[in-house]
Amino acid sequence: MRIAGYGSVADARDVSFTFNGRVLRGREGEPLAASLLANGIHLVGRSFKYHRPRGILTAGSEEPNALVTVGEGAAQEPNVRATTLPLREGLVARSQNCWPSVEFDAMAINDLAAPFLGAGFYYKTFMWPASFWEKLYEPLIRRAAGLGALSGAPDDATYEKAFAHCDLLVIGGGPAGLMAALQAARGGADVILCDEDLTPGGRLQSEQEQIDGVPAQQWVDRTIAELDSYDTVRRMPSTTVTGVYDQGTYAALERHHGRGSSAPVACFWRIVAKRAILAAGALERPIAFANNDRPGIMMAGAVRSYLNRWGVACGERVSVFGNNDDAHRTARDLTAAGVHVAAVIDSRHDAPTSTEFRVIRGAQVCNSSGRGRLDAITLRSVAGEEKLQTDCLAMSGGWNPTLHLTCHLNGRPRWQRDIAAFVPQTEGSIGAVPGLEPVGACRGLFTTAQALQDGAEAAQRALEALGKTAVAIDVPQSETDAYRITPLWSVPAHSRAHGKPSGGFAWMQGRAWVDFQNDVTVKDICQAAQENFASVEHMKRYTTQGMATDQGKSSNVLALAVLAEATGQTIAQTGTTTFRPPYVPVPLGAMAAGATGQGYTPRRLLTSHAVAEDRGATMMEVGLWYRAAYFPQQGESNWRQSCDREVGYVRSAVGVTDVSTLGKIDIQGPDAAKLLDFVYVNRFAKLAPGRVRYGLMLREDGFVMDDGTTACLAPDHYVMTTTTAAAGQVMAHLEFVTQVMQPDWQVRISSVTEQWAQFSVAGPQSRALLDGLLDGGFDAADWPFMSCGRVSIGGVAARMFRISFSGEEAYEIAVPARYGESLFTALVAQAEALGGGAYGMEALNVLRLEKGFLTHAEINGTASLHDLGMEGMQKSDRPFVGQVMAARPGLVDKNRGRLVGLKPRDADQKLTAGAHVFDPEDTVERINDQGYVTSVGHSPTLGHMIGLALVSNGLDRIGDPVRVVDHTAGLDVICEITDPVFFDPEGERARG
Amino acid sequence: MVELREKSPCDGLLPLSIGALTVTELALGQVTSIAPYPGQLDQVRADMSETHGLRWPAANRSQSKQGVRLLWFGRDQALLIGQAADPKLAGHAALVDQSDGWACVALEGPGAEDVLARLCSIDLRPSVFKRGHSARCDLRHMMASVTRLGTQRFQIMVFRSMAQTLVHDLKTAMEAVAARG
Amino acid sequence: MRLLCPICGERDRREFTYRGAAVAQPAPEASAAEWHAYVHLRDNPAGPLEEWWHHQQGCGAWVKLRRDTTTHQMLDPLAGQTPATTAGRT
Repeated sequence: MRIAGYGSVADARDVSFTFNGRVLRGREGEPLAASLLANGIHLVGRSFKYHRPRGILTAGSEEPNALVTVGEGAAQEPNVRATTLPLREGLVARSQNCWPSVEFDAMAINDLAAPFLGAGFYYKTFMWPASFWEKLYEPLIRRAAGLGALSGAPDDATYEKAFAHCDLLVIGGGPAGLMAALQAARGGADVILCDEDLTPGGRLQSEQEQIDGVPAQQWVDRTIAELDSYDTVRRMPSTTVTGVYDQGTYAALERHHGRGSSAPVACFWRIVAKRAILAAGALERPIAFANNDRPGIMMAGAVRSYLNRWGVACGERVSVFGNNDDAHRTARDLTAAGVHVAAVIDSRHDAPTSTEFRVIRGAQVCNSSGRGRLDAITLRSVAGEEKLQTDCLAMSGGWNPTLHLTCHLNGRPRWQRDIAAFVPQTEGSIGAVPGLEPVGACRGLFTTAQALQDGAEAAQRALEALGKTAVAIDVPQSETDAYRITPLWSVPAHSRAHGKPSGGFAWMQGRAWVDFQNDVTVKDICQAAQENFASVEHMKRYTTQGMATDQGKSSNVLALAVLAEATGQTIAQTGTTTFRPPYVPVPLGAMAAGATGQGYTPRRLLTSHAVAEDRGATMMEVGLWYRAAYFPQQGESNWRQSCDREVGYVRSAVGVTDVSTLGKIDIQGPDAAKLLDFVYVNRFAKLAPGRVRYGLMLREDGFVMDDGTTACLAPDHYVMTTTTAAAGQVMAHLEFVTQVMQPDWQVRISSVTEQWAQFSVAGPQSRALLDGLLDGGFDAADWPFMSCGRVSIGGVAARMFRISFSGEEAYEIAVPARYGESLFTALVAQAEALGGGAYGMEALNVLRLEKGFLTHAEINGTASLHDLGMEGMQKSDRPFVGQVMAARPGLVDKNRGRLVGLKPRDADQKLTAGAHVFDPEDTVERINDQGYVTSVGHSPTLGHMIGLALVSNGLDRIGDPVRVVDHTAGLDVICEITDPVFFDPEGERARG
Repeated sequence: MVELREKSPCDGLLPLSIGALTVTELALGQVTSIAPYPGQLDQVRADMSETHGLRWPAANRSQSKQGVRLLWFGRDQALLIGQAADPKLAGHAALVDQSDGWACVALEGPGAEDVLARLCSIDLRPSVFKRGHSARCDLRHMMASVTRLGTQRFQIMVFRSMAQTLVHDLKTAMEAVAARG
Repeated sequence: MRLLCPICGERDRREFTYRGAAVAQPAPEASAAEWHAYVHLRDNPAGPLEEWWHHQQGCGAWVKLRRDTTTHQMLDPLAGQTPATTAGRT
């Protein structure tokens, strides 16, 4: 029911929306919950476990009950709180966890089975047989219990993620937060003000209060206008700070409602703040009494919010039940608005009285009735029990400071008796968040006057800490009504005088709900205590209290108060469970923002990329790089045919491939050779200008890190190549060596991987190609194997290296990357004219396998020099990284896996990488394992598959048969162990 | 004789305009990385001022004079942009040609800071990151160099091979900023 | 978590890679036992710990930091190093 003249959306546009298929009307921008209440709808959903009818409990993000599914198809979003979802034209929402409808839910049968479904039910019932758990019990339970469901389709909404920095982060836009932000802004601080609400003011928007002699809203508007006049203030509405992390990092979720369909729906912020002020307010807590979960029973503060802020009366005959003065405000505001208040039931004998409405002091509500919606409550006092007709009960068990964020670094709150609530620990205590100061209601100061004063003072301290000049505090006059409370947690269903009823479903009359979202009752908590799950952390896990999406915002303190009563401890002794981020649910899409599709990781594209794509190359990912796997030609139906042809280019004509992905590190300085000698196992000091050498480097633990060639371009100037896979690791290693281990050496390293586009020209016709390419032609006599030097191509200064990864005569040509595409095009055209062409990674791999050259399939992090047959390369007269560790007996044991070749006995048979090697007589069992296959390929040169493997004592077993087994590929083959070099063992072809 | 044609890192990718924001490729010309050897910084500083008339930049800063810029580019390293490095510098520093190694773009327009705030975690507030200030930082998993050229104008450099990803990420962020209106 | 790079100032931890405890390196000719201890043995204290972090996505410096492992608080960030450019930072 709408109340004329009330609410901030009175002038808002009238829009239509759909709820459970019914088309209804509401006001744009008000929460869906307000629209539903205005339409007289209290029944919104069904509960998690027992499928009990549930309504709207709160008016904020703490809502445990009124969860709906919004939208349809891929965009469908489950578990949206109706209390925070702004209404827009065409909104489609529906109830969850009910079938066929929210009014008649077949699974409500669970409610009748409640005696069997209580706390610990799963643990006790579904224990045997274990295999039934996965196949039967869990699917059944998951179907029956639960909240909303995802559509199953990929989420097509976009999200964003961003960073922000400020001097002072103010969390919360109520009186304390606004005052703090204002004071800090006046003092010249860079302020970010995050407010969960779309509009500022916090609780002021829901109360009838005056500030500075004017309605509070006017003060809010004035304050916002002043804040907005500062360039240094950034207001972030609809933004919930969800977590506190180290060194002043805060996570925040900003929701964008109802923007264009392609616009992001939410932004996940990381805010870095030097100081922070928490002004998160307080949350009202329910009182546990029998059937307190009936739609129509709401929080007293929420009833005021709907009335004062949204202009909606939650009932026509409202009753109020509380244990504190604040609850009376609801009755006052309703009466003033002309809504009938049936009674205020206050458990305190000394509660204030009223001339405007009936106050029943020293009484408690002990039960409710009504079908789908409240129609009456039962109250109990010394006079006995009385039934009262009412369609809405506003309850208040007191207020809990919203201190969650103060606990995210492991802080523990402290019990404060006079307000019967937990408050944050003081700054400096263990686990307190450095630089975060709670103010106002979130530290138990509940009046507006206290909030304003506290906010201003905290801002003043923040200014001081930030080194800003403080300005005089000017706090306006406001409400100072004291908040008096006498704890009341739960009301027994039956007074001692009446005794326990018996027979029929009478037991059902007694259930008092604590955690509405996870269906946890007072009885469940008592049972947990009885079964010795008496610690609050155990009780939580046994009953699942506080473990739903609301994380027990309404129920935690009530639950542990009930536990304290059951165990005979005080609440302070009982303590709380741990509050962890996020404060409100954060969509995974928001956390993954920007990291889906192409945003997942950067793509590194070669200068030859476009040409390769034009030629129809199939691309493969190598780390971040995209490289051509092979270049299919017409008539080829599978990659093997392309690969075989490309191998043939190199073996019999000339092939061209892009090798720019290999790491290239420029090393310069008088101590450059010293550095090379220090990081490589072999000797480099005497490498002359114009010469190239192969080298291996170790990690500090003695295992092989990487291999590659290093060319001496000029005295004290080298260029090192690394494998594509280890380029980053080697660079970081060299940085560590030069910065930390040998900081005084006169040498600098710098990555030039991106500066040079480098192509391999390989094959017997490579000379002919170069002769047609290089300015001034090519004379092989100038270019012995492992030489390097400068060349000119079309007038462009280039570098050339005579090195080979294929075993053929080969040259690598490097040009500044701007010419890469053009050179690649020219090289391929010339190679084709000579009967060759471009080759890709597949052919490159086969070519190196035929020669037994290493990649990171062999240098796999567990291989030693000895394993790879490279132990002879080590120098002995000078230290190098990993030297001592590489000599450990365990790394040179002959029974370690040593690098060998494998060929199947039957030439048609396949091999797979990852297959394991066994003696043919042995059973295929782990204890008989002799090693494993590292790489395989089909050699068109040899006409069969070949492989490299690390086989125990392998070098002594050359010629022996072994059994190669790969269960995952259904492979079981007899192979012969061979030398790892299959082709041209003397290396004549490469040396030419 | 073969004729080699040049291609810039962002060829075919830029310019890009979304709302009032634009991204254009910046041609840097000659780029040389200058890394003084340990203990040689003072000498290099002197050489630099003598040969190029430029002050060696403090960390996270850049210097420029008549179209030539000296951009701090990491620990004990600066980039000389727009002029070939004087050979004299080579006596005390490693000089490395980087003219082709980096993709360089200018992001300009109202909200340029908001675009960058979606891509990197550094503090870009005008009071903190002023004109001429430069940072080596992570930009959506890419090693980047970000420099403020003006109130609403930034220079962004990433590895040449990542030009396409840079433009993609900038475009996504610009669309998100533009959607806020 | 935010780390204080002596060159770049405070930066988000995503710009850094972690190497581990900053343990004094033995001499090249030290025994295998000493090298073993250096490579493999760590104290894992609950409290202050000196560590190597690489500002890999930033200035490239290897930074030695003291961190309280129980609170992640950064202690004495410049311990053991003053990179040449730090002096020039304004």
